[in-house]
Amino acid sequence: MKYVDEFREPEKAEAIRREIAKLCHQLEKPIKIMEVCGGHTHSIFKYGIEEILPEAIELIHGPGCPVCVMPKGRLDDAIAISQNHNVIFATFGDAMRVPGSNTTLLQARAQGADIRMVYSPLDSLQIARDNPDKQVVFFALGFETTAPSTAFTILQAAAEEIHNFSMFCNHVLVVPALKALLDNPDLQLDGFVGPGHVSMVIGTDPYEFISQQYNKPIVVSGFEPLDILQSIWMLLQQLVENRCEVENQYNRIVQKSGNTVALQAINKVFAVRDSFDWRGLGDIPYSGLQIQPEYAQFDAELKFTIPNLKVADHKACKCGEILKGVLKPWECKVFGTACTPETPIGTCMVSSEGACAAYYKYGRLSTIAKRTIAQKPKLTITQEPLPACGFSSD
Amino acid sequence: MDFSSNNQVQNPLFQKMEQVRRRQGKVRDTHITLAHGSGGKAMHDLINDIFVSNFDNPILSQLEDQASFNLASLLQQGDRLAFTTDSYVVDPLFFPGSDIGELAVNGTVNDLAVSGAKPLYLTCSVILEEGLPVEILRRVAASMKAAAKKASIQIVTGDTKVVHRGAADKLFINTAGIGIIPRGINISAHNIKPGDAVIVNGELGNHGAAILIARGELALETNIESDCQPLHSLVETILHACPQVHAMRDATRGGLATVLNEFALSSDVGIRLYEESIPVREEVNGVCEILGLDPLYLANEGKLVVVVSKENADKILSAMKSHPAGKDACIIGEVITSPPGIVLLQTVFGAERIVDMLVGDQLPRIC
Repeated sequence: MKYVDEFREPEKAEAIRREIAKLCHQLEKPIKIMEVCGGHTHSIFKYGIEEILPEAIELIHGPGCPVCVMPKGRLDDAIAISQNHNVIFATFGDAMRVPGSNTTLLQARAQGADIRMVYSPLDSLQIARDNPDKQVVFFALGFETTAPSTAFTILQAAAEEIHNFSMFCNHVLVVPALKALLDNPDLQLDGFVGPGHVSMVIGTDPYEFISQQYNKPIVVSGFEPLDILQSIWMLLQQLVENRCEVENQYNRIVQKSGNTVALQAINKVFAVRDSFDWRGLGDIPYSGLQIQPEYAQFDAELKFTIPNLKVADHKACKCGEILKGVLKPWECKVFGTACTPETPIGTCMVSSEGACAAYYKYGRLSTIAKRTIAQKPKLTITQEPLPACGFSSD
Repeated sequence: MDFSSNNQVQNPLFQKMEQVRRRQGKVRDTHITLAHGSGGKAMHDLINDIFVSNFDNPILSQLEDQASFNLASLLQQGDRLAFTTDSYVVDPLFFPGSDIGELAVNGTVNDLAVSGAKPLYLTCSVILEEGLPVEILRRVAASMKAAAKKASIQIVTGDTKVVHRGAADKLFINTAGIGIIPRGINISAHNIKPGDAVIVNGELGNHGAAILIARGELALETNIESDCQPLHSLVETILHACPQVHAMRDATRGGLATVLNEFALSSDVGIRLYEESIPVREEVNGVCEILGLDPLYLANEGKLVVVVSKENADKILSAMKSHPAGKDACIIGEVITSPPGIVLLQTVFGAERIVDMLVGDQLPRIC
């Protein structure tokens, strides 16, 4: 923790904050910066970073929460697999509460499905070894951050010839999502804080298109408060100097070309899907991974019959606009009333890394919220009659 | 042979048999069976051998269906009865720093103590899963005995049930407790006022982190131990120094954050915490970082949150520090008028954020 504490020193944070404030004076207009990764969103709210930044900087909380972007239909598929007789369904903890069309994995477990929380995909492989008479299915999700460990688990299962193990693969890719965001005409961003964990795997080279084709700067950032502040400062420097580059603040972890071993494992085990449906953002071409035919025996989508239906997001939910920075969470009519962490309707309220959940949990009384609401008097945290919003009423 | 006559009693063989029948039975089985909950001889022996022998006291040894007390002697100690119950289902049963037995005693002792009551009597009800090694039950009972002695409380009645294998997880314990609240003590979450100080008696989250590690699912090695301890003596010290405590609660499940949110809602006040003042061990912070958890929500089993007026804060703080269970006591926040019902945290960077009620369990993040 000593190593971590060094990135949380208030004096150093204050020094960077002052530097950021100085640079802000040189800006021609207020700027919008998107932090892509849900881990960054979480840190920003946990430490109140947004509160100490100058008014000229607005943070847009991007789509980088792997749990939040899981579409309802895929959740329904996961729940359907878990309800198969003889199946043990293994999942990371934070996927347990994500709502499908009608229910969650947590509720499915209470109703009798054998759903177990694991901390690593290798734990689910051990469950398969321990229960040879059961089919064990791992709910593989996450960005490139978690994809290597699931790939290694499949390679291990293949090496050991474990036949009662498979994965329901929902891995998604950050670069196509960024490209889809950048192609959206609604989006008005001045720069990106790039995802640290994903970049640890893919490196910084894949972001070159952002600076070269879209003329936006990006700084790959660590997750500690000083990391994030320093990344914002680096972005501002680029903007002030009229530069547009991919920079690496997280160079203690992230290499330019990424982690070759991890990338090889991903490429060996997974193929890119033609398209993948993102909650809040819709279909994004080439943005998801599926298991290669060579490892088909470990593909739960082939092993089990699943509904495989596409389920639309709730009409009242404005997550798409919030993810693009067009709206703030409290500008959604259901925010904090019908849509809360207990009863999430939209993607952004699902895990604490989502923008709405972070605002609800940490910052609904923040000066940022008050300031923005004051600027837009017509927008209030609603007390109006709410539209119908049961999960099954879409 | 005439069994109906007095001959059988006078016969030396029958006299010996009768002596054996009346002899205090020992549990010779290695594992709990359904017979130990059947109400017959096996259960009788289990109760005597494991519970009565460990919890030995004059009220329990009467072995009536209830414990009876002299009201006059209770009345001499105060004017109100405090009565509480709690069930303990912790997994694993033994973990660094404590076990389910000690937890079951201290948990109920502390629930009594935070009302200002002097804890006096406990009940102990156990639900045993068929197949539980008897040796484990012996260890747990011995631990309860030691904890009761440390807390100066008597376990005066109880109950034993055995359920089929799979119907319970090894061993559950329910304890209920009775204590007497001295005259002049009025501690309630409704008494909190703006300007009050919020004090804790030491590091937070040790119990929750120790349990997470002890489950063995994380492949982490730490030396974090549960903070399980009785708090009645610390409470006595606090009330001796200053009886005008506004509110007091032990921060168990849901941690500090839950207690403070309950306080804020009960008295319709705001509470502002200072992040830099909240004591959390480095190892606990480390476990939380890895799993994406917040130590403010981790369970404790020996931590007290005390709310007192600003004027009395220093007096109470120094009284707490003089006690072993409060040596690390510190002020972590203050009660404010607005926003009512909300707990705020002033971060080390000077920003403020909400510390809300926990929604469900804390679930580890995937990245």
